[in-house]
Amino acid sequence: QESESETRLDGETASDSESKSEFGGSSPVPTSDDTPEVLNRALSNLSSRWKNWWVRGILTLAMITFFFIIIYLGPMVLMTIVMCVQIKCFHEIITIGYNVYHSYDLPWFRTLSWYFLLCVNYFFYGETVTDYFFTLVQREEPLRILSKYHRFISFALYLTGFCMFVLSLVKKHYRLQFYMFGWTHVTLLIVVTQSHLIIHNLFEGMIWFIVPISCVICNDIMAYMFGFFFGRTPLIKLSPKKTWEGFIGGFFSTVLFGLLLSYVMSGYRCFTCPVEFNNDTNSFTVDCEPSELFQLQEYNIPVLLHSVLGWKTVRMYPFQIHSIALSTFASLIGPFGGFFASGFKRAFKIKDFANTIPGHGGIMDRFDCQYLMATFVNVYIASFIRGPNPSKLIQQFLTLRPDQQLHIFNTLKAHLVDRGVLGSLEDA
Amino acid sequence: VDLEERLHELDLRSDSDIPDVPPPTDSTPEILKRALSGLSARWKNWWIRGILSLAMISGFFLIIYLGSFMLMLLVLSIQVKCYHEIITIGYRVYHSYDLPWFRSLSWYFLLCVNYFFYGETVADYFATFVQRREQLQFLIRYHRFISFALYLTGFCMFVLSLVKKHYRLQFYMFAWTHVTLLITVTQSHLVIQNLFEGMIWFLVPISSVICNDITAYIFGFFFGRTPLIKLSPKKTWEGFIGGFFSTVVFGFIFSYFLAQHQYFVCPVEYNSETNRFVTECEPSELFQMKKYSVPPLLQAVLGWETVNMYPFQMHSFALSTFASLIGPFGGFFASGFKRAFKIKDFADTIPGHGGIMDRFDCQYLMATFVHVYITSFIRGPNPSKLLKQLLILQPEQQLSVYKTLKSHLVEKGILQPSLRG
Repeated sequence: QESESETRLDGETASDSESKSEFGGSSPVPTSDDTPEVLNRALSNLSSRWKNWWVRGILTLAMITFFFIIIYLGPMVLMTIVMCVQIKCFHEIITIGYNVYHSYDLPWFRTLSWYFLLCVNYFFYGETVTDYFFTLVQREEPLRILSKYHRFISFALYLTGFCMFVLSLVKKHYRLQFYMFGWTHVTLLIVVTQSHLIIHNLFEGMIWFIVPISCVICNDIMAYMFGFFFGRTPLIKLSPKKTWEGFIGGFFSTVLFGLLLSYVMSGYRCFTCPVEFNNDTNSFTVDCEPSELFQLQEYNIPVLLHSVLGWKTVRMYPFQIHSIALSTFASLIGPFGGFFASGFKRAFKIKDFANTIPGHGGIMDRFDCQYLMATFVNVYIASFIRGPNPSKLIQQFLTLRPDQQLHIFNTLKAHLVDRGVLGSLEDA
Repeated sequence: VDLEERLHELDLRSDSDIPDVPPPTDSTPEILKRALSGLSARWKNWWIRGILSLAMISGFFLIIYLGSFMLMLLVLSIQVKCYHEIITIGYRVYHSYDLPWFRSLSWYFLLCVNYFFYGETVADYFATFVQRREQLQFLIRYHRFISFALYLTGFCMFVLSLVKKHYRLQFYMFAWTHVTLLITVTQSHLVIQNLFEGMIWFLVPISSVICNDITAYIFGFFFGRTPLIKLSPKKTWEGFIGGFFSTVVFGFIFSYFLAQHQYFVCPVEYNSETNRFVTECEPSELFQMKKYSVPPLLQAVLGWETVNMYPFQMHSFALSTFASLIGPFGGFFASGFKRAFKIKDFADTIPGHGGIMDRFDCQYLMATFVHVYITSFIRGPNPSKLLKQLLILQPEQQLSVYKTLKSHLVEKGILQPSLRG
């Protein structure tokens, strides 16, 4: 009965077998076991509980190794991976929507969902990524036109999808179709915007990509371990396995981990420099003079910690202070993303988002805490680290009309004279 | 326990759980009722709709006269009311009046998103005002962070408010709230941004949509025969095409009149000395008469060889076309929505017309289109936003930018290199 409910193909509103299956089989659909045969054989001797632990452990190590390989391969591969993860997450959530609403055979709907994904991605890539490829875009004529009328083209594409949706409304299925439309849009909002913020962060410097993601992963693992060994007081009714011991232990470990990881990474230019696209070699380069954030400085240790640590001053990178903020967010607020996903799974009576990763569930299961983190890092960078990009401002300036340019120039001049930065007698 | 759980679960595929919406209460004022008591029901309805239409249009003219600030307040009130109407429908659909916290959370999210948008866009226009006050400076500089923190608080409250038996309802209402915010709040902010470009960019699109509504209705009433779409059985092809041509002509004529007055044509600016909005400027090229040669096809029809027009009238042609051809899809979307949730009107606010959403459903696509049109075809990036960003840079960066700009301007001959004595 449960497999039947999972593979139902008709969307007729006549029978209420959906409620029947919930009534009779309200336990969630068991996930099929797709652990590879190799692992199955190797672990066949162990008991079920330890077997599960080993499977999860091995897969965790595999994913982390994969992550390191990708970092080694460079920004372009990283962006491609982020893109793939985004598409897979979108697919997982939409498939859940199909299952919930039994709407596999709604006319057009699958095509429309993917079309909207394409439109929104096109819009975001056009808005953000082309800034980084500015010179390349200006050189090639078709790209230049696409870039100039970008918003209009994106809007036209979206409208086409919207009109197709309206024309595809079928009499008996209005409500289902509106639900799926809403579901698609909320999913796009979550999945696509976050993945683009991640790519933005990546362009700031790979350290802004790696440290937040690692902190969230570390918090997951540490909270699990602390909970496993010391866990006693439940944290929240939504996720009965989480405990206060795990939460607090995870917090302290993650802060420490963040400090150490940032220390190691700040020494390397390939992590701290903004990613730039080199027009001559047509590839990404990470080469620059490290900014102040990544230069060692002496800090005075607050008197409280003198006795504990035995040092009076310590040499740290300023970035490590920021990493404390990032790890704190990852440990304290990140889990709310996890609780949200747990609530979602309970609401729709699913155990995991999908079965992609053996022992872990779907890609969404691994990335649910990352979403809030990506937005936080982007907002943090925009607010505290850097102001607007001067070269981008110059580019925007060059597209203005002459009288507007003159007005801005004069205002800037007055401001600089006011601040004493520009002597009033300074010549060009 | 299972039975109770079933009752709480929504059986999404059968429509029996949606309560029959009580027939809309007749909120027509007494005075109208007495005046029209003699007529038959069909004409009475027509008269009520007609009178209310005139009342709304007069109200619209009055607010225009009162100025940009009143217009912004009006847009804000309409946004809040539309949001309220859609959220109320959600409550009814999901029987979720008594979900803990939910009403507060919905209004809180509305507040957050509005705060974010107002800070991002409208604050640019008040740049000089903001520069003078320290606290506002702080709010502007860390604006995104503050907005995000506010939103996160709401998000965490939502997660903490999840109650065991009502998970799905709560998630539905969460999603419903977010989609509604996406529709109503972003569109209303685009409307206000268009307004700042010049009141003509606010008036012509909105009037074109209203004109299309009215003329399509009239053409359909008198000549309508072929149904247009199954979703809205009252719409006809005759109404659609007649509405299209009338709206284009209306747009042309209306723009011609508005383009002559500085009050409508100039970008709205905030004058810090007088603390008011002013619309005074040198009218841009768009609003200066030019001679256009009439294409030979139309020469025979119109009998003119050249015609004096404002370039803006060409743009109004694009705006009216969109209002007539694509705008109705917004109306079909709203009709489909009403059918899906078995409601006749969004609410009973306006007698004879329904709720505020019923009047504004076609406007939403229009607002986005006008904004996208302006940014793509009319003007480049917003100078005041650029200036604001320049002023946030570090002094060394500002100096290097200044030098680059200076050399560029000198090169183009816009700035004469001055000799200092």
